[in-house]
Amino acid sequence: MAENSKTSPVVRIRDLRKSFGTNLVLDGIDLDVQKGEVVVVIGPSGSGKTTLLRCINLLETYDEGSIQVDGLEVGFRDGTGGGRQRRSDRELARIRADIGMVFQLFNLFPHLTARENVVLGLRKVRRLPLAEARRIAEHWLVRVGLGDKLDSLPSQLSGGQQQRVGIARAVAMDPKVLLLDEITSALDPELVGEVLTVVQELARDGMTMIVVTHEMAFARDVGSRIVFMDGGRIQIHGTPREVLSQTRHDRLKAFLARIELKLH
Amino acid sequence: MAYHLNFGYIWRHFDKLTWGLVLSLELAFVSILIGMAIGLSLALAYTGGGRRVRGIVAGYVEFIRNVPLLLLVYLVFYGVPSIGGFAYDATTSFIITLSVYAGAYMVEVFRAGLAAIPKGLIDAGKAIGLNAWQRLIWVRLPTMFRIVLPSLSNAYVSLFKDTSLASVIAVPELTYGAQWIKTNSFRVIEVWMVVTPMYLITGYALLFALQQIERRFAIQR
Repeated sequence: MAENSKTSPVVRIRDLRKSFGTNLVLDGIDLDVQKGEVVVVIGPSGSGKTTLLRCINLLETYDEGSIQVDGLEVGFRDGTGGGRQRRSDRELARIRADIGMVFQLFNLFPHLTARENVVLGLRKVRRLPLAEARRIAEHWLVRVGLGDKLDSLPSQLSGGQQQRVGIARAVAMDPKVLLLDEITSALDPELVGEVLTVVQELARDGMTMIVVTHEMAFARDVGSRIVFMDGGRIQIHGTPREVLSQTRHDRLKAFLARIELKLH
Repeated sequence: MAYHLNFGYIWRHFDKLTWGLVLSLELAFVSILIGMAIGLSLALAYTGGGRRVRGIVAGYVEFIRNVPLLLLVYLVFYGVPSIGGFAYDATTSFIITLSVYAGAYMVEVFRAGLAAIPKGLIDAGKAIGLNAWQRLIWVRLPTMFRIVLPSLSNAYVSLFKDTSLASVIAVPELTYGAQWIKTNSFRVIEVWMVVTPMYLITGYALLFALQQIERRFAIQR
């Protein structure tokens, strides 16, 4: 197992299926993410990309297939006789502690300062002593450029600053993989850059990430691989150059055209 | 013949009113505390519970909301002990009544507050690895209390005024003190002229203090 872990992917998704009622949202997804990779997921809204991300830390349950993070099945415990049993809340909490997530709408705890937002998980989940938790929180808040905002409440911060606190909160837990769910979509255009710069630095430091985004320049420059989803399936999958050069693919072409329109 | 106001008897027995006011505040305070405990427990049970639990909680709330408080005061003081074959003093009886009454209103306040917590905050709590209990303590309750503070303030002031109903079972609170003076002096107008501002000022001071707390804890948007 130990020798294996070098080559085995951090995230391994096989034949993942999920529907909301009669609406099939994920229709057989296969995806491996290796350590240090940045996999960028693009696609039109309703293509299932956010649902895919939310399944990985089980904010959404999945119906069929498998998601393993670091070799551990996320949604189910091995049952006897092929039956699968859903994990308890406590088991899930332990698994989620190793999977970081940053949200489109930041979702900072509004009653806590920037530092307290980061400290909460370190104290209550990692069980670190207060002094150490504060030290780690301050380290990451300084890293994302918020060393002077430690004691600010989310309401006193701009969108870009809030989102950087959101990133600090996630990476301070030292996750095995970081999930970024359209983290710049709710930001004013002039604030997008400061957030993406932080993500770019994390990528350079070798953080494993799955990124859902509409920022094509970011996808091209930072992504190790691009996954184009549509209709609950992965339509195209490859390096940024491979994927973005497939301009004859009708759905990708239509999608890219719409994105361009949005940009200008 | 003109009516001449005479406050002499009231001032001589003013301690009946001051101690009455103190008791009114105590009744309100204790009942609010117990009522909040009832309300919070049942709101959580309702939010997390199945249909049967929801039905029971809804039944309790509807019963209390649709029966006059005065009737509950009589029912708990005279009715319950005679059925159960025991006795308690009027003050205890009234605290039980007002707590159960407050609880029903608090259930509604807390239930609405729990439902109003942005779902994204609970997701964020899950995402950093908090378990259900930790999410309740560190995310849901602090957020909920900030949402419901204005409704709570209103409920507190209402409950303080409702303590006046304890006078009907001879709990010596403010209204009872007023009635005692009235009965012994026949100075009806004077006594209400004194007691009304006492309620008014205390209620207003209470509301003002609560608004300061609201301002301190409000979630800025």
